[in-house]
Amino acid sequence: MLTFIHLTKRFGKFTAVDDLSFEVRPQEAVALWGPNGAGKTTAIKCLLGLLSYEGRIEVNGLDAAKAGKAVRRQLGYVPQELSFYDDMSTLDMAEFYARLKKVSVARAQEVIAQVGLAGHERKPVGALSGGMKQRLALGLALLADPPILVLDEPTSNLDAAAREQFLRLLGEVKAAGKTILFTSHRLEEIEHLGDRVLVLGDGRLQFICPAEELPARLGLRATVKVRLAAAAIPAALDVLHAGGYTATAKNGAGLRIDVPHGEKARPLHLLSQADILIDDFEIE
Amino acid sequence: MSLQIILIIAQKELRDALRNRWFLLYTIAFVALSLAFSYLALAGAGIVGFAGFGRTAASLINLVLLIIPLMALTVGAQSLAGEQEKSTLSYLLAQPVSRVEIFLGKYLGLALSLLASLTLGFGISGVVIALGGAGAVDPLAYVLLVGLAFLLSLTMLSVGLLVSAFTRKASVAVGIGLFLWLLFVFFGDLGMMGTAMALRVPIANLFLLSLSNPLQVFKMMAILDIQSTLDILGPAGLYAMRKYGDGLYSLLLGVLLLWILLPGLLAYARLAAKNDF
Repeated sequence: MLTFIHLTKRFGKFTAVDDLSFEVRPQEAVALWGPNGAGKTTAIKCLLGLLSYEGRIEVNGLDAAKAGKAVRRQLGYVPQELSFYDDMSTLDMAEFYARLKKVSVARAQEVIAQVGLAGHERKPVGALSGGMKQRLALGLALLADPPILVLDEPTSNLDAAAREQFLRLLGEVKAAGKTILFTSHRLEEIEHLGDRVLVLGDGRLQFICPAEELPARLGLRATVKVRLAAAAIPAALDVLHAGGYTATAKNGAGLRIDVPHGEKARPLHLLSQADILIDDFEIE
Repeated sequence: MSLQIILIIAQKELRDALRNRWFLLYTIAFVALSLAFSYLALAGAGIVGFAGFGRTAASLINLVLLIIPLMALTVGAQSLAGEQEKSTLSYLLAQPVSRVEIFLGKYLGLALSLLASLTLGFGISGVVIALGGAGAVDPLAYVLLVGLAFLLSLTMLSVGLLVSAFTRKASVAVGIGLFLWLLFVFFGDLGMMGTAMALRVPIANLFLLSLSNPLQVFKMMAILDIQSTLDILGPAGLYAMRKYGDGLYSLLLGVLLLWILLPGLLAYARLAAKNDF
């Protein structure tokens, strides 16, 4: 459905994307993962025709470099930095893009409701919160009901509550059968939305893996901080060390336990099985 | 290329321009000054009141030369650079629209907004003159002046868009636009006069030099409309009349159209080739 073939993008002597090849299958959600500067956004901009490039990008067999407009008709795009006409009302904005995408203006009202912005139609876009703007961006991307959604760091500017709400919305969109290509450096986003992950570094593809395997492939670990009675600490350390965990006492008031990502509850379970009472815990 | 898309973008551009405070300020200034010029046009003739259309047209030439280029250069310069600065242009380009549709839509929208401003300024002035003045002596000259002013505004719009296409910040683009405005206005009269005197430029070359400034071209055409001769411009005007005769007006019109087309095409070429959104 979406194929990148030896994509290379250079800015002068700097190579932002280096020989990137991958495919996104229909109804699949593929994440581009990597730190800032890994080339994620550059690859997306090449797909959208905002940057020239070497190599080839195909969308349902169409060459993105030669048939940019037809390709973009199949894409719904949510940018990293929201760039809207702030003085326009939410409805005017949606209607403007509906007309550009040649869909009925009634569809504008539909997507506004779909992304939970009903009641905010007359509000200037500039007066919407960050989360609302992000939902509006998703609504605009869905206007023409395109088969493919392209999301560039879709939750990077949202607080925790807005992020959760937006991810739930994206989950619904994915369940409706959309193909999704998105960039992210947030693990929870990848785990929630992604089927496969392409890990980029310095513009090159490092490896591809199923989304659920990403933490292990990256060797990601977490620290579980446990608070318990001082008298119970020696016994707790014995139990954890016997279970194969690295744990250290924390100022006589608790423990710090190093755990692989995805196994954060297991040491708590071990302590509980050993009848060691845990007063509180937190995860770093 | 879709005409429908061009019209949608033009409509939005027109809406934005009519909400732009600078644009409104220029329009108000233009309306107020054109009314004042109309009133004062007969002062030289010792008659108090509103002048007839022909005389008013003559007095409005200088006003048009000052305000219309300023207005068109400013809105043109703000257009692409402003949208690029706010990243709204890259979002627009990520939609199923082509760059030529965006450019033509913007050009058309801005041209219509300039036409609206001109029509308002000349219209109010014209109605007041017709109702309270010395009668409709030469309304054709007045209408032709409006048409010429519109063509002049398109030349400056093209130049403004050219500046905008090469600039990433609206403030820089407007600054360059203002500099060009000064250059055109200064070069139009004082500069050319000074150059002619200092370098003893032959009359034929002086005329050709004046074609390099759309404001001069507009002025010559407007004067020809009013009195069918360029005697008032001195030897260069006489030379042009003798050399080109009846073809002079067409020549000037061609030059004005070139001033619309060439910067416009260059601006589009720059937008089409731009690769750093």
